[in-house]
Amino acid sequence: MKFSEQWLREWVNPSIDTQELVDQITMAGLEVDGFEPVAGRFSGVIVGQVASVIPHPDADKLRVCQVVGGDEPVQVVCGAPNVREGLKIPFAVVGAVLPGDFKIKKAKLRGQPSHGMLCSEAELGLSDNHDGLMELPDDAPVGQDVAAYLGLNDVTIDVDLTPNRSDCLSIRGIAREVGVLNSALVSQPEITPVAAVHSEVPAISVQAPQGCPRYLGRILRNVNLQATTPLWMQEKLRRSGVRSIDPAVDVTNYVMLEQGQPMHAFDRDEIKGGIVVRMAEQGEKLVLLDGQEVTLTSDTLVIADHEKPVAIAGVMGGEHSGVSEKTRDLIIEAAYFDPITLAGKARHYGLHTDASHRFERGVDYQLARDAMERATALLMAIVGGEPGDIVEVASEQHLPAPRSIDLREQRVADVLGMHIDRTTVEEILTRLGLHVSKLLKDGWQVTVPSFRPDITIEVDLIEEIGRIYGYNNLPVTEPVGSLGLRNQPEAERPLSAIQNYFVSRGYQEAVTYSFVDPKVQGLVDPEREGIALANPISADLSVMRTTLWSGLLKTVAYNLNRQQPRIRLFETGLRFVRENGEIDQQPMLAGVVAGAQVPENWANGRRNADFFDVKGELESLFSLLGIEVAFVAGQHPALHPGQTAELRRDGHHVGWLGTLHPQVQKKLELNGTILMFELFLNSIRSGYVPNFKEISKFPEVRRDLAIIIGDGVTFADVERVVKQHAGDQLTSLRAFDVYEGQNLGEGNRSLALSLFWQHPERTLNEEEVHSLFNGVIGALQEELGATLRS
Amino acid sequence: MENLEQLVQDGLAAVAKADGLQALDQVRVDYLGKKGVLTQQLKSLGQLSPEERPAAGQRINDAKARVQDAINARRDGLEQAAIDQKLASESIDVTLPGRGQDLGGLHPVTRTLQRMEQFFSRAGYTVEQGPEIEDDYHNFEALNIPGHHPARAMHDTFYFNPGTLLRTHTSPVQIRTMEANKPPFRMICPGRVYRCDSDMTHTPMFHQVEGLLVDKNVSFADLKSTVEEFLRVFFEKDLKVRFRPSYFPFTEPSAEVDIEWGREADGSIKWLEVMGCGMVHPKVFEYCGIDPEEYRGFAFGMGVERLAMLRYGVNDLRMFFDNDLRFLRQFR
Repeated sequence: MKFSEQWLREWVNPSIDTQELVDQITMAGLEVDGFEPVAGRFSGVIVGQVASVIPHPDADKLRVCQVVGGDEPVQVVCGAPNVREGLKIPFAVVGAVLPGDFKIKKAKLRGQPSHGMLCSEAELGLSDNHDGLMELPDDAPVGQDVAAYLGLNDVTIDVDLTPNRSDCLSIRGIAREVGVLNSALVSQPEITPVAAVHSEVPAISVQAPQGCPRYLGRILRNVNLQATTPLWMQEKLRRSGVRSIDPAVDVTNYVMLEQGQPMHAFDRDEIKGGIVVRMAEQGEKLVLLDGQEVTLTSDTLVIADHEKPVAIAGVMGGEHSGVSEKTRDLIIEAAYFDPITLAGKARHYGLHTDASHRFERGVDYQLARDAMERATALLMAIVGGEPGDIVEVASEQHLPAPRSIDLREQRVADVLGMHIDRTTVEEILTRLGLHVSKLLKDGWQVTVPSFRPDITIEVDLIEEIGRIYGYNNLPVTEPVGSLGLRNQPEAERPLSAIQNYFVSRGYQEAVTYSFVDPKVQGLVDPEREGIALANPISADLSVMRTTLWSGLLKTVAYNLNRQQPRIRLFETGLRFVRENGEIDQQPMLAGVVAGAQVPENWANGRRNADFFDVKGELESLFSLLGIEVAFVAGQHPALHPGQTAELRRDGHHVGWLGTLHPQVQKKLELNGTILMFELFLNSIRSGYVPNFKEISKFPEVRRDLAIIIGDGVTFADVERVVKQHAGDQLTSLRAFDVYEGQNLGEGNRSLALSLFWQHPERTLNEEEVHSLFNGVIGALQEELGATLRS
Repeated sequence: MENLEQLVQDGLAAVAKADGLQALDQVRVDYLGKKGVLTQQLKSLGQLSPEERPAAGQRINDAKARVQDAINARRDGLEQAAIDQKLASESIDVTLPGRGQDLGGLHPVTRTLQRMEQFFSRAGYTVEQGPEIEDDYHNFEALNIPGHHPARAMHDTFYFNPGTLLRTHTSPVQIRTMEANKPPFRMICPGRVYRCDSDMTHTPMFHQVEGLLVDKNVSFADLKSTVEEFLRVFFEKDLKVRFRPSYFPFTEPSAEVDIEWGREADGSIKWLEVMGCGMVHPKVFEYCGIDPEEYRGFAFGMGVERLAMLRYGVNDLRMFFDNDLRFLRQFR
């Protein structure tokens, strides 16, 4: 909410400067976003009057005026359409300086001398309005300094109120707070009932008392809406960020800003039969004041006449029933609308108005009558008219009930961490307008005024006490708690251990968005549909990732496009899929590798990373985690069909490792080979607790062999056969050479293996090893068709 | 016996002349070997009278020892020279860069999260996780933000359908943890959160850490110390911290926390808002089946990127999610 400091100071005027005021209310929980002068910085602008206007001899759009106000009448050339004889305007005399350090000098315009400038609001930095000259009232004293005349030594303070503080959405409310904070007297305009001068009253029927527990209407006859709003009111509105429209709208806005009660004025002639407050019929149409036609839904509270809706209650009036210059009689509305009924309705119609903002947060339910009297008096002073009686329709049962809350002295101390003496508590509450209605043995009974709908329970009162006492005046103590120990399973490695492992292996961690481009995801995970957001921020961030690859590959592209050819990235985070109607959110670990395996160096390092580099890194990870994972040849739509391994632990799928499919790669416009892996974190996190085995004191025996194997025989097959036939004392099997060459025959490979045996309790003898070794060779020949390479 | 002295002198000269280990060994054989000229001298002892023999023997042995010493010294010298020569030939340019894998790095958000988790876990807080696709109940309702609440407008929420959304804060994890366990609680909930907002200073996804402490005798004063200490530990600076009354539906009293961050042009302290906090609202306890008369608690929450930006001087929030390697590498 924006308000003028001067206006506030008419209500309460503590002897602190603007900055102190702003700091003070900020620290009381009314956060000030900023404040700015209500006008640009200028000097030498006085109230001038146009004495005569004649056309410019050489320019159609210019006029030559005689202007009084300065030391002597001077000639000024002016192009504004509204310049006319007798008009009073801000007159920048020669020597004046306008905002932007614009100096006014003698000039000639199309041959005619011009001594000064007649100003628009925009030229004085008052508003953006430069449609014409700013018109000053007829009683403006000619010759007076305009800044002084308009009281421009003022700032607009913009306070960002939290949704609970609806009571501060008015000068009245802010003044009350400032009064409390400074122990200063708050004065307010006296509101006296306006006596009726005729007996005409609006017919009001409230059919939806739950949504509208109180509705007041009054007829003001024979008004003159051609009158203009007085400058002081226009200025207060302007400084509160509200545009002046016409006297009826201006007064209702003024009362809203001053008192906090949104109001509305209807053209009585356009209300057929009388006012009906009801829920809308589904599908009813209404053209609003802003010109847009809305189709109403049946949960919308409307003000209607006997034929049709004329306003969305508490949000915006209709165009048709709005006041115009021709309006003769007004029906003025002041109502209390239920916040829950109104909640979200403005937004539903794409609206947000000053009225809806207040009603949704809760307006003082006792305020309507005062506001009506205030508005009537203000209106009559501007547009004249004959007031009738106020008609009030209220449903006590639907109005908020007056509240009393018990406040325990001990509870105040318990929550705030310090005892605050009784007098201070009582003083704070009373100054806030709360009423200490009864002293209890251990505290107080507090009655909450109608303007504080946010205070409903004891802790609300405690917060008020803390807030006014000052959070920064409350003590600081360290919490005390139990020092019990908690379980920490040793076999389960923390995520940070995994992250740190990849860092030490040269991977940079990425954090990519959880929502991704469905086009990219369709390429890397075509078989699953990402869960779509109903209101995505953009099309390329519109579905939830089903795999972390979607974001990582985009990151690869981003970096490749920035001359970063060597990329090693990993990420951990959730992936989201819908399975059997349920949303499954699983933590994943994924990585992508492109470019050289190690940074290029003076000896080598130009070799690009390949499948086995990354596989080795994953194998080390699995060792770190204490788990065994098998790499099984597999098929994945995003991966190269011949370079894909499915990762399995105890037979269960735990992830994928492979080379990005060349076709997918092309579609993603990526260059070079890209290796990728993705693992289910929860499937690899828990390993084992080490269990010591005796170290053999006896020598280890090594035997090497080289075999040639044919197409389709894998290392895994060889390993299986070796392990089957090498006996219990085989300690390890290593492949130390793989060779493919024409001399071996099409599709054949040579594989060189080392086998190691060791017995825990004795030295293995030559014959034993020999027999096991021959057994292995025989089995390899027999089961896999391998031949020994000589 | 002048001959002996002459032989020693010849031997010493030969030692000095030997220019390699092999030549030196030849000198040893020539003079001290079984048939060496000095060894041969011992054979002449037989021609001497028994009285003369010991003294003559002694002289010959002395002579042999002198040559032997010279050989040893010369050998040491030659060996050292050989070693020196080998070492010289093996010398490398130690200023050439090392080879192998370089070091990667943690994302600055993770780096920041890990620090925060350390501070709090040392003080006995558990680290809790929860789903990111949440239901309306846990994200709003149980946090005292019913459907009509204006505070919902403060959360620009991503929806999948009216009841399912991306969590707008990590508070639902606190709800889930309180639902499933019994007080007391000391926990932090780090993680990704989502708001439908994207501009210079907002990304649609960011990270939060929220903390919660629930026990029988917890006050706002405990909250103040926890928040102040955290900020001082995090920034490793004795900063001024202030608590400004604010509003969150799930805490009361509620506060926003500002830290001292330099000076304004006029010399006054420049305050920067860094987190929100408050005492757990009784309604939240009721939703979780905890008696608010028996237990009280405090909660606090902060944006991880915001703190990381301040800590590391990052000036554009969006860089965290560009994952530009030139940015990421600065945090290893």
